[in-house]
Formats: sequence, structure tokens, C-alpha cells
Amino acid sequence: MKKITHFLKNLNLGSTIGMLILVLIWLTPTLGLLITSLRPSSLAEVSPWWEALFNPLSTVWTLDAYQNSLSSGMLNSLINTIAVTVPATILPLIIAANAAYAFTFLNFKGKEIYFAILVALMVIPLQSSLIPVLRGMVWFQRTFDIPLTGTYASAWVVHSAFAMPLAIYILRNYMMTLPRELIEAAKVDGASNYQIFWQLILPMSIPALASFAIFQFLWVWNDYLIAFVFVGEQKAVMTYQLLRLLGQYGQGWRDVAAGSFISLIIPLLVFFGLQRFFVRGLLAGSVKG
Amino acid sequence: MGDILFGLSAIVIGIAASYGLYWLLNFLLTLLPERIHERFSWFSFLTPAAVLVILVLIMPLIQTVAWSFMDDGVKKWVGFKNYVDLFTDTRFLGILLNNFLWVLVVPAITVAFGTAAAALSNQVGPKLESIFKSLIFMPMAISFVAASTIWSYFYAYVPPGRPEIGLLNALVKLFGGPAQPWITMDQGRLNSFLLMAVVVWLQVGYAMVVISSAIKAVPEETIEAAQLDGANPWQIFAGIILPQVWGTVMSVFVTVLILVMKIFDIVLAMTRGNFNTSVLAFEWYKQFFENSNVGPASAVVTILVILIMPLMWLQIQTARQQEALR
Repeated sequence: MKKITHFLKNLNLGSTIGMLILVLIWLTPTLGLLITSLRPSSLAEVSPWWEALFNPLSTVWTLDAYQNSLSSGMLNSLINTIAVTVPATILPLIIAANAAYAFTFLNFKGKEIYFAILVALMVIPLQSSLIPVLRGMVWFQRTFDIPLTGTYASAWVVHSAFAMPLAIYILRNYMMTLPRELIEAAKVDGASNYQIFWQLILPMSIPALASFAIFQFLWVWNDYLIAFVFVGEQKAVMTYQLLRLLGQYGQGWRDVAAGSFISLIIPLLVFFGLQRFFVRGLLAGSVKG
Repeated sequence: MGDILFGLSAIVIGIAASYGLYWLLNFLLTLLPERIHERFSWFSFLTPAAVLVILVLIMPLIQTVAWSFMDDGVKKWVGFKNYVDLFTDTRFLGILLNNFLWVLVVPAITVAFGTAAAALSNQVGPKLESIFKSLIFMPMAISFVAASTIWSYFYAYVPPGRPEIGLLNALVKLFGGPAQPWITMDQGRLNSFLLMAVVVWLQVGYAMVVISSAIKAVPEETIEAAQLDGANPWQIFAGIILPQVWGTVMSVFVTVLILVMKIFDIVLAMTRGNFNTSVLAFEWYKQFFENSNVGPASAVVTILVILIMPLMWLQIQTARQQEALR
């Protein structure tokens, strides 16, 4: 009895109905595409998806569209996306953590000014540097005959650079909260800065590293522009492939739908599995454009 | 299979190389005499990051500003010609109007929805709260391109005579209206507003999560005191809670504002800038990748940077606020 009254007290009916309506609006567009991706092609183009939703037992459900999509290029794009995303998540973390250590624990001339420049760079649109970087790479590969554009590595470098301001900012803020006495004690014991960083500070910064890693992972995975400019067609990532499908109107919605959901599976898993870290990162200011 | 192996080895080599780089930098420093080594140890920590930022962000930014004063093929200087051309072109003025509408509409609506969702979800009990919040937050994990797919399908239009597959048109028909090719309708910039809805859908979750954590930090006593005075839930929200979380609401507003200024993928994926939906960042893409006009493209993006500049100051304010929050 006590439990029930407690429950009723907590349950604010108006708020619950309000939230239900909001959630319903938020889910419906995605649900439509999901259902379409699971229908046979003979039905998907001629009958609306909500007919399948209202008669779930009398409709045919099939994974054909996913099979088609995977065999017609989506599987390769999935591999390309992973090959771009994983290093483009780990590299900036290592580089930014090193820089954040310098900004937090070491003294050098102009530290405050450099940090202010970093914060200012956080709002600069990436379009403002892409053309010169692209042209620089083209010049480099002509001069030295080393291919850069169209490789994964060029995307890693560019993604790492654009992650720098935010990553350094977040990691430095976190490192500021670590006890300084620990570092002093290690120094007294004769540890070098190099050892202190890799053996003490880096393991202690794992919560902040995890938040930023998830954030950067989702950002790179979902990025279109950098992948389009620097990796391009030969190693097309999923956003690239998806945009191409969306452009070819004759393809039909069903294949586009299946392609979309293949591209969504991994980020959604990461997102729901590690939501706590992601939220913590957001609260620490992890937003970029 | 070969692709997977190649990808994997590329990943391993890339990561090993970056660790090796720091090891090497540190090793080179230890070759120096002890006193100098100690004083310059920041050098080995900062150099890779500094090289990246200078080479890929700062120098190209300066280059872009310089190129904005040059011709299409960046062969000769043309002074302010690109800017004059842009500001005397009615199409470009339409683009600026679009950007202005985006900035005016999206941050305000996103923050309003986010605040409402945060306030409502705070009252439904912890279990429902976390389910509801996850579902509204979910679009944060979706790419702009996938979101465009989802919403293009929602707005889909089929020629008369064939069965309706777009939900929006089906709803319109249900209420007796005619089906419309929504995305192509630029009367009153209707289609731009439809694109804005997608960004609102993507960003409300972010606003909700951040504002919700601020609402939870509001001291219980202030709310209880108001309850004792007989205030209703709405009065408590507007009079007690909202003023205390206003700083957070504003910081979310600024963050969404900055994102919206740079909006690009949605326009690319949904309309390719056609039907008067283009915005600055998309115009840059079009000028460079479709027309190869480096000078004008650089001018477009320079205008965008100049418009964003004042927000840098706000960004620093936001940064300070968030630092105080934690």
C-alpha cells in the first residue's frame, strides 16, 4: 500500500502525458524509415509504412534490403568508416593529452595567451581552413610523390587538428582538478615529466579521456565533409555512400532506409552503452561544429 | 578481407607512430644537458599539438582570408571585388537572409523545447525519466546525413495517383488538404523552416540533458518554501527554477547558435542548396567544389568567420560558466 501511494505521488500525470507526446513525435520519423527498411521491395514503394505498423502480423518482414545494401558497397564503407574513425579518435586524444599536461603542469612563456587562442579557435568553422589544407596536400604529393589525398591518413591528420582546441580545453580542465601534491611527490622521487605523464596523469585522466573519446568517435563517424574532401570516392565512408544513395532517386526508399540503419547501428550502440560518459562530456562543454 | 587487414594495420601503425613520436621527442631532449632538459620539457609535450594547430588551422585560416582578395584561380589580386560581387548579388543576399532566419529560429526553439522536456521529465519519476530522456537524446548519435534521410522520407512527396508514402502529406490529406512537394516550396521560406525542424530535432536532446542537470542542482529548500506558500507547479517553475538555471539556458543557446551559424550537411543532403535554401557554409561548398572559384569561396567563408567572431567572446563566457558548473 505504501508503495502504491508513493508511486502515485511520484507519477505526475500531466508531465507524463506531455513527455509521452514529445517522445512519440521524436520517434515517429525514425520509426517510419526503420519499418520501410524491413519490408519487401514490392510493398515498400506502393503502400505506406504505417500500414505495416498497424497490421504487423499480416505483413511480410524481411532483411533483404540490408543484404542488398551490404553487398552493394555498404560493407566496404563500413570498413572504411572504421578505419577512418578509430585512429581519428585515438590520435587526437594522445596528442591533446600531452598538450594538456603542458598547459596544466608546466611553465612556459605565453601560456595564457596560447590557451586563449585555443578557446577562440573552438568556434571557427572548419570550412575556413579546408581549401588551403587540400591545396597544400596536393602540392605536397606532386612535389614529393607521396600520396596524401584519398588516404585514411589525411583524414586522421585533419580530424586530429580540428579536435585539438576542444580536446585540450576539456582535458586541461580535468587535469586541473588532479592533486598537484602527487606530481610533486613523484618529482621528488626522481620521475621525469615523461614518466609522470604516461604512468601517473594519463591513467588518472581516464574519465575525461573516455568522455572525449566517445564524443570524438561520434563526431568523426558522422562527419561528411572531411571524409568527402580528404578520403573521397575510392574509400567512401558511410555518410558519403548514404548521400549518394539519397541523390539517386530511382534507388527507392527501401535501400536508402537500410543503408541509413547500417550506418546508425554502431553509433547508437556506443551511445546507449556509454551514455553516462557522453553526458559527462557534454556537461564539460564537448560541443563543436 | 584484404581491406580489413589493411585497415587494421593502418590503425596499429598510426597509433604506434604517435607514441613513438613522443618517445623520440623526449629522447632527443634527454640528450641535452640536465638543466636545459628540465626547462624545455614542455617542448616535447606541446610540439605535435602546436604543429597540427598551426599547420592545419591557423595558417590555412590566414591563407583563406588572403585568397578572398584574389580571383577565381588565385592568380592575381582583385581587391574587394569578390565581396562587392557577393553583396550586390540578390541570390547571396537571400543566403544571408536564410542564415539570419536559422539563427533567429533554431536556437530559441531548441532551448524552449529542451527546457520544457527537462522540466517535465524531472517530474515523472526516475525510471520513466531515464527512458524518456534517452529517446529524445538519441538523435545526438545520428549523423546529419542520416537525419536528412529520415526527414526527407517524412516530407516525401509522390505524384498524384500513386499511394502516399510520406507521413506529412498523409496527415495533410487526412485533414482535407492537398499533398504538397514540401521541400521545393520556398514561399515564405517554408522549406528552410522544414530543414530547421530537423536541426531542432537533433539538438533538443542536448539542450534537455544540460538544462536538466542544472534543474537537478536547484536547492530543494527553495522549491519546498514555495510549495509551503501555496505556489502551483507552473509558478514554481517560472518563479523559482527558471531564474536559477537561466545561466545554463543561455549557454546552451550560445552553443546551438554557433552550431547553426555553420550549418551545412543538412542543406547539402536535403536540397543541395536548391529552392532558395542555401546558407553561407553551403555556398562555400558550391563555389569551391562545383564552380572551382577559390577566391569567391574564400570570401564567403571569410564573411562567415567575421559573423562568428562576436560569438567567440560569448564562447569564452560559456566556457567560464561551465567551469563554474562542475
